[in-house]
Amino acid sequence: MIVMFGIFLLTLLVITAIAIVRTSNLFVAVMLMGIASLLIAANFFILDAADVALTEAAVGAGISTVLFLSALALTSAQERSKSSRRLLSFTVVAVAALVLIYATFDKPRLGDPQAPAHTHVAPWYLENTPTYIDIPNVVTAVLGSFRGYDTLGEVFVVFTAGIGVLFLLGSGTAPGSLPRETRNEGLRHYLIPRVVGRLLIPFILLFGLYVQFHGEYGPGGGFQAGAIVTAAIILYALIEGERRALAALPQRWLLGLMAAGPLIYGAVGIAGIVLGGNFLDYSPLASDPVSGQHLGILLIEIGVGITVTGVLLSIFHAFAARGR
Amino acid sequence: MTVLVEILSWVLLTLGGISVLIGGIGALRMPDLYTRMHAASVTDSMGAMLVLGGIMLQAGWSLATIKLITILLFLLLTSPTSSNALASAALLAGTRPIAEAKQEPGEVQ
Repeated sequence: MIVMFGIFLLTLLVITAIAIVRTSNLFVAVMLMGIASLLIAANFFILDAADVALTEAAVGAGISTVLFLSALALTSAQERSKSSRRLLSFTVVAVAALVLIYATFDKPRLGDPQAPAHTHVAPWYLENTPTYIDIPNVVTAVLGSFRGYDTLGEVFVVFTAGIGVLFLLGSGTAPGSLPRETRNEGLRHYLIPRVVGRLLIPFILLFGLYVQFHGEYGPGGGFQAGAIVTAAIILYALIEGERRALAALPQRWLLGLMAAGPLIYGAVGIAGIVLGGNFLDYSPLASDPVSGQHLGILLIEIGVGITVTGVLLSIFHAFAARGR
Repeated sequence: MTVLVEILSWVLLTLGGISVLIGGIGALRMPDLYTRMHAASVTDSMGAMLVLGGIMLQAGWSLATIKLITILLFLLLTSPTSSNALASAALLAGTRPIAEAKQEPGEVQ
């Protein structure tokens, strides 16, 4: 049954991918990419990777689509036709695809218990998470503690990406640069989206906090929570106008949030050293090692969530500021 | 009792699937944006309600049911809102409904 669902979803995914390549309307392409993300998220979910599915749905289908759309607002919605070198690029893609398909023949079958992924370190994590960290969600234990260095790297990647985009687009929404407030800013003159949006934003924020702090017990964590909180604030910016969103959460704060995440994460790591352990070893943070691990994971997840929120919102505001 | 619930659940799921299918066919076959949205809204409202109702019966009285009710409330709030936003955006962008376009300027309906 699972295999059938998987084949169905992957077939839809291939169709969507071909449609993305073939359409020359960029607006359609962005929408199709959102659909592709949602399909791959569903596929992750039926493979029991709920954490990854949640990330893909929140970031890929949600925030990326919004960011692509705000990028499209700066350019035209039609792809400029470029027919030269078509054969060359087609050959390169075809050869790469053939190599990749050939490589999949070596891949173990789906669910094969002898696959390297199931025999290497995974059994150790599954066996020892209850002893060392004692949280139900092993994914969070692996991401937050066992492989905390990798997640620190990811946070710095997000941070660097944010800096890169701000360098290119400019964070330039100085308080005076906004045009004078007009009555029709945002969607404020549309009654229905406004009323429903206002009703929903607190619940979206609450759900974001739930995902943030429930990451140790169920699917979730800083990355997903950051994306959900960002979605709520972008919704606020859409219905009430850029200006009000920036008044609620000014650009200076966003830049601070961007930097605060890696700082919190790094500080937790260094606190581990100061208290007599290794870098990113959370056990010495509390009197007994298991509560130390809980505290450490909670703190670094907060750092991750703060960075993701800051970076995504800064990018959104940078695009919106260019659009004026 | 369990058999009854099971049957009811599958009836709801099947009806929901049929609604989604009808919505999909309508979205492809209808002549203009507004009629297509009208067809697609069958998927949003009827399809979602029936499918979620069917799953709720499968889940029984548990936390899952409460989550499903929350999802249903969210969908019932957001999908009409997004349809409204889409339709008013289309109207603002200058897409006229074909029924109106066919009508002669002085004609009374």
